[in-house]
Amino acid sequence: MSEAASTSDAAPASEPLRRFLQVARGAGLRVSAAEGIDAARAVELVGFDDRAVLKDTLGLVLAKTPDEKTLYDETFELFFQRNEFAGKGDEPETPAPEQDESAEPSDALGGDGMGGQGGQSLGSLLASDDRAALATAMEQAAREAGIETIRFFTQKNLYARRILDRMGLRALERGMEAMRQSGTPEGLGRAQFLEGKLEALRDAVRDFVERNLLLYAKGDTEKFREEMLKSARLSNVERRDLERMRVLVRQMAKKLAARYAKTRRRRLRGQLDTRRTLRRNMGWGGIPFITVWKQKRIEKPRLMVLCDVSGSVAAMAQFLLMFLYALNEALSDIRSFAFAGSLVEVSDILEKHPVEDAITHIMAMIGYGSSNYGNSLADFEDGWMRHVTNKTTVIILGDARGNRTDPRTDVMARLSQRSKRIIWLNPEYRSAWGTGDSDMYRYAPYCSLVTVCHSLRHLERAIENILEDAA
Amino acid sequence: MNDSLLPGDTPLASIDAVESGLGEAGYIANRQICTAVFMAYHLQKPILVEGPAGVGKTELAKSVATWLRLPLIRMQCYEGLDESKALYEWKYGKQLLYTQILKDKINSVIGDAATLTHALDRLHTFGDVFFSHQFLEPRPLLRSLEAPGGAVLLIDEIDKSDQEFEAFLLEILSDYQVTIPEIGTVTAKVPPIVLLTSNSTRDLGDALKRRCLHLHIGFPDEKLEARIIASRVPGIDARLMKQLVSFVQQLRTMDLKKVPSVSETIDWARVMMLLHTAVLDVDVVRDTLNVLLKFEVDVEAAGKQLAGLTQKAREAGG
Repeated sequence: MSEAASTSDAAPASEPLRRFLQVARGAGLRVSAAEGIDAARAVELVGFDDRAVLKDTLGLVLAKTPDEKTLYDETFELFFQRNEFAGKGDEPETPAPEQDESAEPSDALGGDGMGGQGGQSLGSLLASDDRAALATAMEQAAREAGIETIRFFTQKNLYARRILDRMGLRALERGMEAMRQSGTPEGLGRAQFLEGKLEALRDAVRDFVERNLLLYAKGDTEKFREEMLKSARLSNVERRDLERMRVLVRQMAKKLAARYAKTRRRRLRGQLDTRRTLRRNMGWGGIPFITVWKQKRIEKPRLMVLCDVSGSVAAMAQFLLMFLYALNEALSDIRSFAFAGSLVEVSDILEKHPVEDAITHIMAMIGYGSSNYGNSLADFEDGWMRHVTNKTTVIILGDARGNRTDPRTDVMARLSQRSKRIIWLNPEYRSAWGTGDSDMYRYAPYCSLVTVCHSLRHLERAIENILEDAA
Repeated sequence: MNDSLLPGDTPLASIDAVESGLGEAGYIANRQICTAVFMAYHLQKPILVEGPAGVGKTELAKSVATWLRLPLIRMQCYEGLDESKALYEWKYGKQLLYTQILKDKINSVIGDAATLTHALDRLHTFGDVFFSHQFLEPRPLLRSLEAPGGAVLLIDEIDKSDQEFEAFLLEILSDYQVTIPEIGTVTAKVPPIVLLTSNSTRDLGDALKRRCLHLHIGFPDEKLEARIIASRVPGIDARLMKQLVSFVQQLRTMDLKKVPSVSETIDWARVMMLLHTAVLDVDVVRDTLNVLLKFEVDVEAAGKQLAGLTQKAREAGG
């Protein structure tokens, strides 16, 4: 339905639903405004009564991929679990977070049920052992303290403090001080009793804040981390982040593939393809009911990738290959080569194994040696130069540090003449090019593009560039 | 749709009603599926059904149609499918014939007109029949909109179509209307119940997903699968059925290229009926394994463990 039309006939999202949607967005579900409206209409239809039905219903509207389904399930459980208490509560229509937290204090405040009259409201609440009231007070205070805006785990204590303050902690502490000052055994005992209760409350509040942090900030923290990883130097990425990086690479590649894989032909408007028009209209005596226009084919890029897999560049090579193979629907042909001291073709290995395994395989085969660019280029010329055509884009990934061996720029010159273009991706900073044994500036004249490339962002940009040029 | 059908009288009054209704049509559905059908009807939104092949995505549409006694209009998607095959096509032959008739009759119509302008004026009084409904050949999408009592529209394997076609579907899916340049906008009299199925061979666009309810049908658990078999293969011995289901469920936990689906279990059960098998044993399983597994490597992999699997299945079946 069009969004304008649906706004008019849809009920406004009820408060608990609105908050759930907010939490869902925080958790990383992409919920558009229109989907929010659909959710409201759906909930209106089924109501909040049956938890299972509610879960199924919202799941249908909000989660649109298997990944999102799991995410949604988690979020739903986390959010509406707090709801257990409200089932017997007085507001069946709004069961969400208003009265949650009952579980927490009930565990935490399970001390002896000795009643008594405290001087302050918090004191009396603690003493009366009225868990529901305490929970309500905490929830109220949390909302006043703006718990929804919590984003980082470092803010935990801050928010816990704020909540306790709003619940009247200071007054209670003053009252307790006064009791201790009074010196009577009754006063001392009472202060001690309250002290114990207060400790339990502190724990409960801390716990509560932590859960809210999970609920509201999960998506943001993830996003923050991903952003960081995208622009981090790949050689610095820690082992434990590799899995996440792989997921990221696949995502980025998919996006690029979706953008460039679709249009293979572009219509040339206004140029009639007479032959095909006649053919198409044979059926009705050549009267051109259907016109056929000339089309221009758009070539997918053919790639040859030469990766330095020695020492420092290895990490980068892994991601470049991963990227390219995830992209293969937008490319017509990839051949990949790995080199260190000498060069071998690795297309086979990469096609047969998942890229992650293949990389380790390749590394074990030739990697981690000291590189010899001249030798490797010569290997390439001997074995594969004849497959390079004027449609081939050659990508070379490496730091151009040949350990003072002959750079064989003559091979580069021939390669540059044969191929459509050469793109050199160098993981080193520009300032390091040409220093020491780096032959970057010797190779540069033969390349149509030389660029720094040491993070996922750089990779994405470089590859986009390649696809863009082909389109 | 609530307004056009009798609201009190609708067979889709509750989720339970959906469940029993689908059950009558021979489709044993879990709660999620029923909720989806219920919501689709009341929110007037299409359902996008995803899941592995053979879990009953297409069957769901058929069953909904049978149950509601609506015509099922099915459109199979494939690469290169375009509007002229999905929406409408002009009847060129008829149009050609019409021009011929026109040529013969034109003299009698404008015969006495003195000037060209006069003749043209005379022509204008006739309707513009050339591009009108009479010359329109409705294809599945248009037919589903024009069905007088509503219809169930099944857009099968939408992931096989091109992205352009997906975009083209958006108007139908959200507003239940299509625009034909020569005629205008055709709006559904009764919005059809629309089901789209996808095997996730490619990712569908966000715009499409946003307009649909998203239902994922996975493999059923043992109980549900047993009920499905009982409904699809009536007369099967209860003990044998339990053994079959248990065997298939075990296969699904193995690392296979393609795990057997519900449709394969049904086929297998039918084969067992034909062979008059009373109890599952290793030889029968070995002979009929190709019904369940469609790849040589899978048959080999499972073949090694047949004895163990069969034994377990027999224990489960009692």
